[in-house]
Amino acid sequence: MNHLGFIVAAYACGVIVVSGLVLWVAIEHRRLRKRLAEAERMGGRGN
Amino acid sequence: MVHEGTATVKRGWFGSLANPTRFSALAARTIPWLGGLSAILLAVAAYMAFFVAPPDYQQGDTVRIMFLHVPAAWLSMFAYTLIAGAALGTLVWRHPLADVAARAAAPIGASFTFLALVTGSLWGKPMWGAWWVWDARLTSVLILFLIYLGLIAMWRAIEEPARAARLVAILALVGFVNVPIIKFSVDWWNTLHQPASVFRMGGPTIDSSILIPLLVSAAGFTVLFVTLLLGAMRNEIMRRRIRSLQIRQAGATSSARAS
Repeated sequence: MNHLGFIVAAYACGVIVVSGLVLWVAIEHRRLRKRLAEAERMGGRGN
Repeated sequence: MVHEGTATVKRGWFGSLANPTRFSALAARTIPWLGGLSAILLAVAAYMAFFVAPPDYQQGDTVRIMFLHVPAAWLSMFAYTLIAGAALGTLVWRHPLADVAARAAAPIGASFTFLALVTGSLWGKPMWGAWWVWDARLTSVLILFLIYLGLIAMWRAIEEPARAARLVAILALVGFVNVPIIKFSVDWWNTLHQPASVFRMGGPTIDSSILIPLLVSAAGFTVLFVTLLLGAMRNEIMRRRIRSLQIRQAGATSSARAS
């Protein structure tokens, strides 16, 4: 395979960007779910 | 008084999604299916890219970068078009989810634009002998990336969400002028970047042995984009709910102290 280094670098970059986006959405979701439960427990919902 | 059920029927299925709670429930149901579908499509695309598609007669194996570069470039423009549509939704129809959609799409669009620029550069070095040239297509895509960063910075800089939504929507619409420039730059100017070879009058100029893996890859990335967008929109709705709960709570605390 010619120019293998460039091909591997491009796909490595793709994997990093895609997994970064997936992790960003998933981790943020978990963090926000905790914060929302906390905010609701603090009495925000009933006011 | 309008019964909620009647109102939902009158507004239709799309209108009912204006309710953030209903939208979040729908997103929770669809995200696993869409995520699974995108994983399958991307796995098939990767297999086709490395084991089915032949080396190009001119580019050799470097053509395999195109299965990543082209979908990323398409999505960079698709995400911005979606943001511009959402900007209209914010300014004209004041749709409750329009700004949520735009704000969620911006980092995803910026990431795909970055990926298009990097993979393009990694293709350009062995093919053109240069990592970067100030050609109209490359420069206009770089400007798109900077516009994305500008939008994200503006959302973060303005504290009040409704004000931020309106100002960012105006900037997003102004920036949309760049999208047709990107698309037609290869026709309007004498660029090093090749002209359109898939979506063009007269049909694609690519052989089906390379076109089919490219379309499968584009479908996989598009489904992935929709999945990420739904997830990011659901997060943005939660973020706004937390903010309004905290404001309500702070108001209740200060009025209790005053009395």
